[in-house]
Amino acid sequence: MVKLTKRIGGLVLRLAAFGAALAALIVMITSRERASFFAVSLEAKYTDMAAFKYFVIANAVVSVYSFLVLFLPKESLLWKFVVVLDLVMTMLLTSSLSAALAVAQVGKKGNANAGWLPICGQVPKFCDQITGALIAGFVALVLYVLLLLYSLHSVVDPFLLQKS
Amino acid sequence: MAREKIVVAGGSTKSWKLLLGLRIFAFMATLAAAIVMSLNKETKTLVVATIGTLPIKATLTAKFQDTPAFVFFVIANVMVSFHNLLMIVLQIFSRKLEYKGVRLLSIAILDMLNATLVSAAANAAVFVAELGKNGNKHAKWNKVCDRFATYCDHGAGALIAAFAGVLLMLLVSSVSISRLLINSKHLSTTTTVV
Repeated sequence: MVKLTKRIGGLVLRLAAFGAALAALIVMITSRERASFFAVSLEAKYTDMAAFKYFVIANAVVSVYSFLVLFLPKESLLWKFVVVLDLVMTMLLTSSLSAALAVAQVGKKGNANAGWLPICGQVPKFCDQITGALIAGFVALVLYVLLLLYSLHSVVDPFLLQKS
Repeated sequence: MAREKIVVAGGSTKSWKLLLGLRIFAFMATLAAAIVMSLNKETKTLVVATIGTLPIKATLTAKFQDTPAFVFFVIANVMVSFHNLLMIVLQIFSRKLEYKGVRLLSIAILDMLNATLVSAAANAAVFVAELGKNGNKHAKWNKVCDRFATYCDHGAGALIAAFAGVLLMLLVSSVSISRLLINSKHLSTTTTVV
């Protein structure tokens, strides 16, 4: 009974992580705003920044991976591989979130020493959607750290909880 | 009695040597990245305007503290190199101690956390550096690297060292996880690998 609850817990966790990564991906892709002033119209979309493109790609990879692992049978030998792959996906998620955050912070506050003006004042809706996507990405990251600990626990039993 | 795990004294197994070697390289790489980036500073006197025939010069300094991503880079690399140093010392000086269940697990978890930390720091810094190198036409941000070439070169060197550190930390955490797996497989015997 305990094993079943643990397995269901793991599945729920992975489903939630898949949902969060997919949400981050979709919110980032649909962020687009057109602002015009003085007959000059500028359109802000996520492909303007390389970091946002990387964020989209990384979350896409993580979503596809989570979806595939959802269907992995319990007794498969691939679970040991899943531990290392979970670590790689966590590193991918944290690096993409960190890069997108760094670039978004420059966009929000600007950089006075480099002469870069903040752009959030001109495209506030775009900035809000980017913030939403980053929050979803952060939730996906937290869930993935928990998933990493969970898959390590299910493969290894490091606290010797099971009676042999 | 089957729960006891008595460590074979001595540290001559292959995984121990591999882990120690990888950790030493990771320590050196992240330390080099932290040091090079923290000493990154360039001062230049530029002509900003010309009134008549009199050029007005301004002294501009490019230092790493201007960009929060680089500050995070330095701090994270210092933390990861300190972690590696601690683990090296622990590995060398505790060959005779028993590996009770929690010790290998905590080493594996700490290695995983530090691997993600250094990957986050290196990645944030590289994307902000790419912004500085190429600028961004859509946001009307000018590039910085054509005027501060030495600053950009030193930053690039630190980033390369940090990415080497990322790869090495990934290998280190993989070896730690495999040591944990091997150790838990030998649960029923009374000797285990170091």
